[in-house]
Amino acid sequence: MNSLFEYLLRLGDDSLIIGHRLSEWCGHGPILEEDIAMTNLSLDFIGQATSIYKYAGEVEDKGRSADDLAFLRFDREYKNLILLEQPNGDFGMTMMKQFLFDSYRKPLFERLIHSSDDMIAAIAAKSLKETKYHLKHSSEWIIRLGDGTEESRNRVQDSLDTLWRYTSELFFEDSVDEELKSSGIVPSMDGIKKDWSSYVGEILNRATLTIPINNWEQEGGRKGMHSEHLGYILTELQYMQRAYPGMEW
Amino acid sequence: MTNKEWPLWEVFIRSKQGLSHKHVGSLRAADAEMAIENARDVYTRRSEGISIWVTESNNMFASNPNEADSLYEPSDSKIYRHPTFYEVPDGIEHM
Repeated sequence: MNSLFEYLLRLGDDSLIIGHRLSEWCGHGPILEEDIAMTNLSLDFIGQATSIYKYAGEVEDKGRSADDLAFLRFDREYKNLILLEQPNGDFGMTMMKQFLFDSYRKPLFERLIHSSDDMIAAIAAKSLKETKYHLKHSSEWIIRLGDGTEESRNRVQDSLDTLWRYTSELFFEDSVDEELKSSGIVPSMDGIKKDWSSYVGEILNRATLTIPINNWEQEGGRKGMHSEHLGYILTELQYMQRAYPGMEW
Repeated sequence: MTNKEWPLWEVFIRSKQGLSHKHVGSLRAADAEMAIENARDVYTRRSEGISIWVTESNNMFASNPNEADSLYEPSDSKIYRHPTFYEVPDGIEHM
């Protein structure tokens, strides 16, 4: 297995799948301003996925383009976090998913900008700027929804309770990471997890939300074992390329 | 019935070239910080700005269009207020 290619798929699939989920809000946002905000986020993520897949195709060296990787793989070949394929739910659920992910992506990119792989460092530098804003946006919403009305607090607490079980996978590591860590391409998850825990704890505290006691952790996405939701996403995402192979517009 | 609508905000953006903030439109937001974020998302998508101001619309006070006669017409007859009556001496540059 080509570890660098595998790692790039994990990174790129995270961006693609959360970007696609956010795009589902287009035209359905609770207010016009937030509708545009979520579409902006979506475009940032799809842009990240495009650069990452393009590089992944070069690393793999089998002639696959960014589009081939995005549109023409089967579900077991996608390596995104299970958290990201979960349904959007209400606006609070979407923001909670976003918050838990952004809080992980920021410390990750802060370290990847020092990667010994120049292309990964460059992609991380561009993405970090976007991610800082994403995190500010989702954090502000979590604080306001949590410390808001009784209804908003209950809803966003329910979202936290539902999504928390998927957060341990954020820090998944296997032989792919071990190999790339030894050559200085990717950082260790230890520091990222520490940063994530302290930031998430601080914001949830300000939002008056309670971290659930959880004895069930759901993982699998990094190895291609997904929840039932990914199949439905891919059906929609891949429809055009499957129905009209090679189409462009 | 309580009003569930968020307050309205007026948005001012300063462009890269611009020296001053210009009014670009309005939007709704729960508070000032969110108004800035919404303004960033709604009004700077095409690199329009490098600085954003927002103010709640109900803090804006406007002149009354019906008073245009008394407000603006008096200055129409005072063209000497434009600095166009000075002879610029020879040799003065950059005027």
